[in-house]
Amino acid sequence: MKKKLISALLCATMVASMLVGCGSTAEAPAEEAATTEEAATTEEAATEETGAAEETASAEGGSVYYLNFKPEVDEVWQEVAAAYTAETGVEVKVVTAASGTYEEVLQSEIASEDGPTLFQINGPVGYQNWKDYCADLSGTQLYEWLLDKSISVTGEDGGVYGIPYVVEGYGIIYNNAIMDKYFALDGAVVAGMDEIKNFDTLKAVVEDMQAKKDDLGITGVFASTSLLPGEDWRWQTHLANLPVYYEYKDKGITDAAELELTYGENFHNIFDLYVNNSTVAPGLLGSKAVTDSMAEFALGQCAMVQNGNWGWGQIAGVEGNTVTEADVKFLPIYTGVAGEESQGLCTGTENFFCVNSQTSEANQAATIAFVEWLFSSATGKNAVTNQLGFIAPFSTFEDGEKPTDPLAQEVIRYMEDSSLTSVSWNFTSFPSQTFKDDLGAALLEYCNGNMTWDEVNDTFKTRWAEEKAATAAMAE
Amino acid sequence: MQKTLKKYFLVFTAPTLIAFAFAFIVPFIEGIYLSFCKFTTVKNAEWVGLNNYKVAFSSGQGFWEALGFTSLFTLVSIVSINLLAFGLALMLTRKLRGTNIFRTVFFLPNLIGGIVLGYTWQQMINAVLYKYETTIVADAKFGFWGLVILMNWQMIGYMMIIYIAGLQNVPTELIEAAKIDGATAWQTLIKVKLPMVMSSVTICVFLTLSNSFKLFDQNKALTDGAPRGKTEMLALNIYETFYGRAGYMGVGQAKAVVFFIVVAVIALLQLKLTGSKEVEQ
Repeated sequence: MKKKLISALLCATMVASMLVGCGSTAEAPAEEAATTEEAATTEEAATEETGAAEETASAEGGSVYYLNFKPEVDEVWQEVAAAYTAETGVEVKVVTAASGTYEEVLQSEIASEDGPTLFQINGPVGYQNWKDYCADLSGTQLYEWLLDKSISVTGEDGGVYGIPYVVEGYGIIYNNAIMDKYFALDGAVVAGMDEIKNFDTLKAVVEDMQAKKDDLGITGVFASTSLLPGEDWRWQTHLANLPVYYEYKDKGITDAAELELTYGENFHNIFDLYVNNSTVAPGLLGSKAVTDSMAEFALGQCAMVQNGNWGWGQIAGVEGNTVTEADVKFLPIYTGVAGEESQGLCTGTENFFCVNSQTSEANQAATIAFVEWLFSSATGKNAVTNQLGFIAPFSTFEDGEKPTDPLAQEVIRYMEDSSLTSVSWNFTSFPSQTFKDDLGAALLEYCNGNMTWDEVNDTFKTRWAEEKAATAAMAE
Repeated sequence: MQKTLKKYFLVFTAPTLIAFAFAFIVPFIEGIYLSFCKFTTVKNAEWVGLNNYKVAFSSGQGFWEALGFTSLFTLVSIVSINLLAFGLALMLTRKLRGTNIFRTVFFLPNLIGGIVLGYTWQQMINAVLYKYETTIVADAKFGFWGLVILMNWQMIGYMMIIYIAGLQNVPTELIEAAKIDGATAWQTLIKVKLPMVMSSVTICVFLTLSNSFKLFDQNKALTDGAPRGKTEMLALNIYETFYGRAGYMGVGQAKAVVFFIVVAVIALLQLKLTGSKEVEQ
């Protein structure tokens, strides 16, 4: 009797666990059936090229799951998702990965049965990691709308696997009020910002300002060069982009297994200028984070800080900030390269949308429809420009539909100035995160006096070659 | 009785066994399998044989450097934590006033999470080093001693509690007998108390050893390996391998498997060594 009871219990446990295990598989056949039907309708819709038809077609069955990258805009995404669901009835789930853990979260989420249908990669290097999961987007309207098709991520087979959805720019952000105060001083090197067109002038102005910092009421010209591990991306990625950009440009290439670092001295120029004319001593930079730098700028303790247009939120959000919206301007990062008078800001993107190719076709269609809605409908476009603050690189956006924050305005102004050439974001071809971390570590050692610049230069070159080789070996 | 126990063995242990299998054994075996694969997620693994292991131990991977740093750190922290914890336990078993408050105070740091502790200590150490215009990431020595201090601060309280429990269990008649025989306080401590608390020593050394060896959060938050990976411990090295480059998950996995074996072997050896010195009461 007892034995029977035990075996019955055990059987029950087994069956229960099997039920759990099979729960998702049982649904699969039904979903597949819907999928084939769905695929047919989507193809038709695509040939018709009417976004509306496509939307309604994919509204059946599929659902969208977006794994968001930026925690600071999580709320906006939730609202967008709710608005889309209210409008079309398609379920949209948005999950946000905690700051700095995107790859980890994506890795575990995407392996699950109902993983993200929409995720993002940071460029060609990220694509190498995720190519098994990226669907070809070349047939979508989203790709059609892309103003500059060359900035999308393409595979070896010519397919389009990542579509940029935001253009960002970075340079030296300066506080015009402090600059005006300087220009009014006796013996100012130049009379206005228009005259700063190259590194030599910038250096002369900065060094003169640093000498007169007490008159200007600042503690240093540049905000602290944050080199706390994990906070050094403004230098090992953004600033390091400039020498790489010029070298690629000279050679007419977009990637290289080895670098000569012909513009290494220019990198040295600007980095020294930042470090030596800063609010803090070089030895203390290892304790500074990006937020420290942005706070110094917002509080008017310094006149300049290198960052991108995304930094406006940080400046405006600092309590007691003294910088007015009208005084926040951009200056290109001059490094002493010949002909840099016509250099613009560094503009590009590191945010590419990818559609999960391993999810059901209904989900893929629904996802594409959602993204297309986001960048073409009035509601979607409003959220993109006004709430997310994106400069969207799509033809669906009219002139009046651009973000209004002062730094985004500046980026647009520089991009539209035809006499200037924007510096493209070549750091998307940097070999690996390890390379960037090692370069940042070398810069920190340089600031602490433990390494000479020659050694930094050497680290840049050798680590580049080593990491390119290391990732290439694994990609085979 | 024995028979009924055997009969019901499965009923009572099955739920735990199933949970253990799902939460530990299955992932563990899959982990070993993945260390022989190239993969991005657990689903698209592709067999590559021993290649990951070859890469993992090649120079430039920092595995050996991390192992060296970890071993040194573990050695120093085992000695310092156990000495200090034992000292505190001795002091706090003397029926002083406010003993309970002290015990609570020393135990509290153990309740704070590693990441928070790491950042807090980073701020404090940097505040001290500020005077000398330098930071904790300027020199590997700072990072090393910073980690030791942090680990001591966090672990001493916990070990102290274990030692207190041990010391309170030393039979008073043994101590009295020693006193009557004319033993000094030092002799009593070394010859009577210490052998009687050897089981506590075994536990404490084991805990400090495995915790120091596997330290991750504190290392990540305090120095993140700076300067140039010189303060990178094994767990952090594995993490960086995993996420630092495209296509290196398998290599990180291979390192993790080796890491497990190293920890297991060292911990077993230590248990055997200190276990043999235990005295049956």
